[in-house]
Amino acid sequence: MIRYYLDFEKPIQELELKIEELRRLSNGSDKKAEEELGRLEQQAETLRNEIFSKLTPWQKTQIARHPDRPFTMDYINMITDDFIELHGDRRFADDPAIVGGLGSIDGINMVIIGHQKGRGTKERIRRNFGQPHPEGYRKALRLMEMAERFRKPVLTLVDTPGAFPGIGAEERGQAEAIATCLMVMSRLKVPVISVVIGEGGSGGALALSVADRLYMLEHSIYSVISPEGCAAILWKKNGEIGQEEYARAADALKLTAQDLLKFKIIDGIIQEPSGGAHRDPEAAAMNIKETILSTIEELKDAEIEKLLEERYKKLRRIGKFTRQSE
Amino acid sequence: MAWFKKTKPKDTNKRVKIPEGLWVKCNSCKEIVYRKEVERNLQVCPKCNYHFRISAKERLTLLIDGGTFQELAGDILPTDPLKFKDSKSYKDRLEENRKKSGLTEAVITGEGRLNGIPVVIAIMDFHFMGGSMGSVVGEKVTRATEEATQKGVPLIIVSSSGGARMQEGMFSLMQMAKVSAAIARHKEAGLPYISVLTDPTFGGVSASFAMLGDIIIAEPKSLIGFAGPRVIEQTIKQQLPEDFQRAEFLLDHGLIDMVVERKNMKETVYRLLTLLK
Ligand SMILES: [Zn+2]
Repeated sequence: MIRYYLDFEKPIQELELKIEELRRLSNGSDKKAEEELGRLEQQAETLRNEIFSKLTPWQKTQIARHPDRPFTMDYINMITDDFIELHGDRRFADDPAIVGGLGSIDGINMVIIGHQKGRGTKERIRRNFGQPHPEGYRKALRLMEMAERFRKPVLTLVDTPGAFPGIGAEERGQAEAIATCLMVMSRLKVPVISVVIGEGGSGGALALSVADRLYMLEHSIYSVISPEGCAAILWKKNGEIGQEEYARAADALKLTAQDLLKFKIIDGIIQEPSGGAHRDPEAAAMNIKETILSTIEELKDAEIEKLLEERYKKLRRIGKFTRQSE
Repeated sequence: MAWFKKTKPKDTNKRVKIPEGLWVKCNSCKEIVYRKEVERNLQVCPKCNYHFRISAKERLTLLIDGGTFQELAGDILPTDPLKFKDSKSYKDRLEENRKKSGLTEAVITGEGRLNGIPVVIAIMDFHFMGGSMGSVVGEKVTRATEEATQKGVPLIIVSSSGGARMQEGMFSLMQMAKVSAAIARHKEAGLPYISVLTDPTFGGVSASFAMLGDIIIAEPKSLIGFAGPRVIEQTIKQQLPEDFQRAEFLLDHGLIDMVVERKNMKETVYRLLTLLK
């Protein structure tokens, strides 16, 4: 398996390559080599934990966008017993940047929807780098309304740089499509659970994350604007901007799961395996599955009116302001 | 109400948000026009009908019957929840915008009458931090919407905004969901919401309450969209069509109900509310 390593993951790469090499040579028969392997693996684990416990917001942004990080369909394949993808908004097209369908997790039927990025150049382009058009959001709306009709809970997986900024997207009402998602999700008469699995990019991410419970994976991000966009607005006039400015912007935006839990904007953080979800996708998927199942257990008997009232109150509380003193 | 009256006198000398002097240059046709004539014409270019950006207070006098406006939530003020690190602090930026605009935030909300019909209205002002939506704008518009629902009256929101306010991070983004949820309840109560879009309306405001009106009206030539034209140009590396994201373009694409001139706005909203009764 060819893995992609970010700069700050390079020390992990060195160790992991060494481990692989030794494993290949020892073939499981050499006792000394086995001992050495055990020692190296321990060392790698410690190193991964050390690096990942101290990630800066900008490093987290890069992990959240890591090309090896599991995407929506990867998780769907790992957590469902059965899944059938459904296509199209019945109005204009099928948007490959949002996938959705009927699935079952541990025997619980639900509607699952998520942003979908691609792997490899061709697939990445086909998925438009996970940036939906209005028809993607309208497909999501159609599926959510179906979920309501058949009384199935909705699970959304969030992973997008943002809604696509393009001519067609504007002509077909990108703003209206997103706005309608927000409005419909706020009143959807079934439990809604959202998990940010990678990149939560602004309004295009929010459109799929108005929920009764909003979780984030440990190293995912959620932001009103990308660090690059923020840096360009703040510092571009002073000349060229690069990594340093992006890091400053990522810092300022408070976009990590840890910050957002502190702000009570999200309801919980789902742990990732040592070295991030891309090091052990199965383990990450199991953590997500566990969280979904316990949340469903918690919400399944709630009366709809009460559920909607709680959902409203949850949104209603968000915001920081003060009163004029005089 | 008290706050509104208090700040009014000091505001009169900066009522006109177009450059000082006897003459002004029109943003649209680039003609030099006599300022008095533009003012008399409700801040509309007499040559090309371009609608200059005007303050929320000016709009209020154009839409709400004199002496009927009662401000709501005028006393809530922004804070700096992220301790946002920039070359200039967010607090200083807010102070600067307060001085420049004579406003405490980018929206004024309240109740009043429109040709006698009781309504709740929210009017955004682009002169305060580009009309951006942070916690205060979200909270004020939500409270206004809830007030309209509770009183059983129509809601009117006049939008003018560059989008969500970066300096309040995710608090700003979540306001989109908060206001949209309040509007959903207003709709469920069977009450009309008229959304008026003015130049410019973008991002987090267009992708939430601005596009959720039962009826959506725009002022002529207003720029309205989700993504800003510069972002789109950089992304697709193509030149944009001449009329792209103008009010008339949105009308052609079925995204809004009508384009209405400033001088006819109040009468149009009144007729719509009467027909919806
Ligand atoms: Zn003109």
